Amino acid sequence: MLALRGISKRFGAVQALADVDLEVHAGEVVALVGDNGAGKSTLVKTIAGVETIDSGVIEWQGRPVSIGKPHDATNLGIATVYQDLALADNLDVVGNLFLGREIRRFGLLDEVEMERRSRELLDTLSIKIPSVRIPVASLSGGQRQTVAISRSLLGDPKVVILDEPTAALGVEQTAQVLDLVERLRDERGLGVILISHNMADVGAVADKVAVLRLGRNNGTFGMRDTTQEQIISAITGASDNAVTRRAARQTGPEGEK
Amino acid sequence: MSDTDQTAAPAAAAQVDPRLILAEGGVRGYLREFWRRVRGGELGSIPVVVGLIVIWAIFQSLNSGFLSPSYLTELSINIVATGMLALGIVFVLLLGEIDLSIGSVSSACAAIVAVANQTWGLSEGLSILLAVAAGLAMGLIHGFFFAKIGVPAFIVTLAGLLGWLGVSLWVLGKTGSYNLTNSNGLIDLLTNTYFEELFWGYLVAIVVAVVYFVISLRGSLARRRAGIPARSVTEVIIRSAVLAVVLLAVAVVFNQARGLPLAPLIFLAFILIAGFVLNHTSYGRKVFAVGGSIEAARRAGINVAAVRISVFAISGTMAAIGGVFYASVNRGVTQSGTGQQILMYAIAAAVIGGTSLFGGRGSAFSALLGVLVIQSIAAGMNLLGITNYAQYMVTGIVLLAAVVIDSVSRRSQKASGRA
Repeated sequence: MLALRGISKRFGAVQALADVDLEVHAGEVVALVGDNGAGKSTLVKTIAGVETIDSGVIEWQGRPVSIGKPHDATNLGIATVYQDLALADNLDVVGNLFLGREIRRFGLLDEVEMERRSRELLDTLSIKIPSVRIPVASLSGGQRQTVAISRSLLGDPKVVILDEPTAALGVEQTAQVLDLVERLRDERGLGVILISHNMADVGAVADKVAVLRLGRNNGTFGMRDTTQEQIISAITGASDNAVTRRAARQTGPEGEK
Repeated sequence: MSDTDQTAAPAAAAQVDPRLILAEGGVRGYLREFWRRVRGGELGSIPVVVGLIVIWAIFQSLNSGFLSPSYLTELSINIVATGMLALGIVFVLLLGEIDLSIGSVSSACAAIVAVANQTWGLSEGLSILLAVAAGLAMGLIHGFFFAKIGVPAFIVTLAGLLGWLGVSLWVLGKTGSYNLTNSNGLIDLLTNTYFEELFWGYLVAIVVAVVYFVISLRGSLARRRAGIPARSVTEVIIRSAVLAVVLLAVAVVFNQARGLPLAPLIFLAFILIAGFVLNHTSYGRKVFAVGGSIEAARRAGINVAAVRISVFAISGTMAAIGGVFYASVNRGVTQSGTGQQILMYAIAAAVIGGTSLFGGRGSAFSALLGVLVIQSIAAGMNLLGITNYAQYMVTGIVLLAAVVIDSVSRRSQKASGRA
C-alpha cells in the first residue's frame, strides 16, 4: 500500500532521517517505535506532508508519488491523527467530525444528514458515546481519542497514522482505543501506522514493529516471532555494537531472518 | 417469544453507556433534564431573563410609569444603537477576542453620516452607505493588524479607540455639531417610523410565530425521518405558542402607544440574520471552531486569519450601523459622538446576554437580552432621577455579576465535564 524507500531528511546540521525504509500493507498494523529523538515524528510528518523529504522515494500502491503538503497526503488517502487531538472543545461531536468538511444543502449546514452519518460511523465502529450532540469537552480522554480517529475516517482513507493514541489514557480507555485500531484493520482493511512508546500496546495490536534509532532503521520485527526484549534492545541500542552490526551485514540490512 | 426479547434487549442496551442517566419521556423527564443542565452550568438565557424580570419589577414598584407603553416604546428604540454594537461584539467575543474600538468607530461613522449629508451634499442613503463602508474598512484594518501582523487584538483596537476618536473630531471639524432634522429623510425615518395601524403589530407577531413553527416542525420531521432524536410535535407546538403569546403581548404594548416602531424591527432582523449565519452556515461553524481551538480549526483546513479579519470587519460594520442609529435617535451628531459609555454598554450587553468572554460560547440573541437589561437600568434610573455616578456604579455591578455568572458557569461546566 504505502512504502517508503531510502528516506532522508536533514534539519541544518541534524540528520533527522537517514535512509529509512518502511512498508505498510492493507489490513496491517505497523508499530513505529523508537526512543525520543529517534525520528518517529519526523518520519510521520514526511508521510503526512508536513515536511518534505530531501531524498528517497514514497510509493503509493506501487507508484512513486510526491507529498509536498498535507493536502497531497489527504488526497492520496493518508489520514493522520496527531497526539494533541485537535478537537474543538466547544463544538459537539457532529461539529467536530465534520469540521472543515461540513455537508451543505442549498449552502446551509445540513445538520440532519451530518448527525445521521455521524451516528452511522460511530455505530459501525462500535464507539459508545453518550450523545453526538454534546460538546467533546464532556467526553473522557478515550472517547475524545476515538472521536479524533473517527474524524480521520470520514475522508475514507486507506492508511491511518496514529501518533501516540494511548498516551495519557487509562487502562479501560486504552483498551477501547486498541479495540478501535483492531477494527480499522480487520473490518475496514486499513493500513495503520501506530506510533507508541508503550510496548504492551504494541504487543497487543501490531503485526509488525519497525524500530527507528537515531534516524535509521534498526530492524523490522514480525510480532509473532519476536520478544519484547528484542524490540527494546533494538530501541535502546543495547544490541547495537560491532558484533551485531557485522552479523546484520551478513544476514541482510533488515536484520530479520 | 420471550427468548427473542431477552436477546434483543441487551443488544440494544449495549449501545448506551450504562453510566448515563437516560432521558425520561414526558414532562417529568423534560424537567429533570432541565434541572440537570442548570446544575451542569448550562444556564443559557435563564439568568438574564430572570434578571430582566427582577429589574423591571423593581423599577415598576418605584415608579409606575416605567412599564407604561410609551416608556417601553422609547426603550425599544433606545436599545437599537447599543444593540447593533453588541451584536457585532458577539462575533468578536466568540473568537475569545475583544474589540475596544467600536465606540470610536460608531462615533466616527455617525460623524461621517452627518458631514457627508450636510457638507458634502450627498443624499441620506448614500451618506449611510458611506458611513457603513467606512466602518467596514476600519474593522478590516483592525483585523489585518491582528490576524496578519500578530498584534494582540486588545492593543490594535485600543489604538483604534484613540485613532478613530481623533478621526471623528477631525471629520466634524470646527463646526463641531450637525443637526439631522430633515423629518422626512431616511436617517430620521430609521428611528421615527411607527406603523400606526393596529394590525401591523399583530401581523408581524403572527407571521414570525408561524414561520418559527413551520421551520421547527419541518426540522423535527426531517430528523425523525433520518432516525435521529427529534423534538416532539407537542414540544414544537408549545414553543411556538409561547413565542406567539410573547410577541402578541409586545404588539399590544406598542399599539397602546404609537404603534409598531421600525427601529427595533430592523434590530430584530439583524439578530435573526446573525443567529442564522452563526448556527446554520459553515462560516458560523468556523467562527465557533476558531473560538474553541485555533489549532483544531487550522488542522481542519480553516483559514484562521480570514475568519479573524472577517469577524473584526463585522464588528466595525455593526458599529457603523449603530452610529447611524445613534445619529438618527439624537437627530444629530455632536463632538461627544456616541458617548463614552456605548463601548462598555455594548460589551457588557453581550456578556450579560450570555456570550462568554472566553470564546466559543454565545449567541446572537445575547445581544438583544443583554442590551435590554443595560438600557432598562439606564432608563429606569433616568426615570427615577438618579444621578450619573449611581448609574455607572449600578451598571458596573451588573456587568461584574454577568462575568461572575459566566466564570462560575464555566467552572461548573468543567466540574460536570461540559466545558
